[in-house]
Amino acid sequence: MSGSRQALADWTTGAEAIVYQACAACGARQYFRRSFCCLCGAPDPVEKRASGEGTVYATALVCRAATPETRAHVPYNVVLVDTIEGFRMMAHGDNDLAIGDKVSARFALFAGRLVPYFEKVKI
Amino acid sequence: MSFITGVGLTAFGRHEGSSSLDLMSKAAALAIADAGLTRAEIDGILCGYSTVAPHIMLATVFAEHFGIRPTYAHAVQVGGATGLAMTMLAHHLVEAGVVRHVLVVSGENRLTGQSRDASILALAQVGHPAYELPLGPTIPAYYGLVASRYMHEYGVTEADLAEFAVLMRQHALTHPGAQFHDPITVADVMESKPVALPLKLLDCCPVSDGGAAFVVSREPTSETGVRVLGCAQAHTHQHVTAAPALSELGAEIAIARAKEAAGVAISDVRYAAVYDSFTITLAMLLEDLGLAGRGEAASRVRSGHFSRDGEMPLNTHGGLLSYGHCGVGGAMAHLVETHLQMTGRAENRQVRDASITLLHGDGGVLSSHVSMFLERTR
Repeated sequence: MSGSRQALADWTTGAEAIVYQACAACGARQYFRRSFCCLCGAPDPVEKRASGEGTVYATALVCRAATPETRAHVPYNVVLVDTIEGFRMMAHGDNDLAIGDKVSARFALFAGRLVPYFEKVKI
Repeated sequence: MSFITGVGLTAFGRHEGSSSLDLMSKAAALAIADAGLTRAEIDGILCGYSTVAPHIMLATVFAEHFGIRPTYAHAVQVGGATGLAMTMLAHHLVEAGVVRHVLVVSGENRLTGQSRDASILALAQVGHPAYELPLGPTIPAYYGLVASRYMHEYGVTEADLAEFAVLMRQHALTHPGAQFHDPITVADVMESKPVALPLKLLDCCPVSDGGAAFVVSREPTSETGVRVLGCAQAHTHQHVTAAPALSELGAEIAIARAKEAAGVAISDVRYAAVYDSFTITLAMLLEDLGLAGRGEAASRVRSGHFSRDGEMPLNTHGGLLSYGHCGVGGAMAHLVETHLQMTGRAENRQVRDASITLLHGDGGVLSSHVSMFLERTR
């Protein structure tokens, strides 16, 4: 049944991509990967690659980190971004990002791992 | 019906050499004595968790250590909402006739038992392991995100948030058990070290050692009864990434259900005990609960509304922000203080009228909520 479902590689597994899932039954979008749609319960949501475009929803500039690896990066901006595909995600971003800014994702190394990093779109 | 018949609270701060079990035992003994009961009369135990000494069966570990053989016992884990969630469960257990006297207890040597980094790391684990934790967030960062959005939507400023830290410190000054006894000003908060901007050090509760306990019983054991009028929970998400809009958070759902269960309105409330892990938490919850209009909580602090002599005295012991935060016991201190107020035993902190009180706890990142109303009976 679920054997045909293909998990696309994304930043959580070290690939330069942001992936989300779309439910074929109800159309809901979800970011956290599951084998079912958390809105209607239908199995095998379709995995899709996101464009990396979105709008800043919230920001927190971390100045006090808890490990030597993350302390090396302070201050770093943890942001929530509402993507144009319709899901919200946590990522890093430029330190001067403001709520409402239109942003675009690239990828950066943080504490030895690849993470999504948003920059303001130049108009 | 159920009654809070006894309360116990240690000082918060440093308890060098005390284990979590030591602090739990100390608070439990105080609560049982306060209820006028003996250990043998306790037939139920609910306890929180300890991040310093995690155990899969903490309630029985404690029961054996303390010397009780209960007929009902287990631990409960709902983050910062655990204390009130346990009280709610105890209320229902007692009402259902399962047990007669439930001891609700928690304690943790979170300050001296592990490094600050270890505490920060342990707590950050409420984040999503795959989609959040690789980004190096901390609990202040999760709440910093919420704060930035709340400030954006409702025009709240950092100076507004600072008012809550100042108020909690003012209250702590009058409690000998509080962790902090130096007065602070809005300027002190604004100039304190950045932690996860917009949150600064004095916007954040400290890490503490301490313990708290109370007994929930079927009948009052003394003249003045403190009765659980009604309570309710709401759980809308776990991770901040999956949180609903600010206008749809669980506090509003829980308080609506609790009001219905208790048959009271906010206008009936005379004293409030509200979870205050960060200044933003307190500001938001006060407004979500209807104790202030949107964006108006800070101006109510400035006008003295939430002060000891104000219309709605709030966290008169100093709250998590200044009495301290030892994990589950942190928010239990809010209930202990409420009980002292309701039974006229709050000494120099005593408010005029605490006949009907409202308590609210929050766990995770505004993920889990418990609202509860208490009433004094003769």
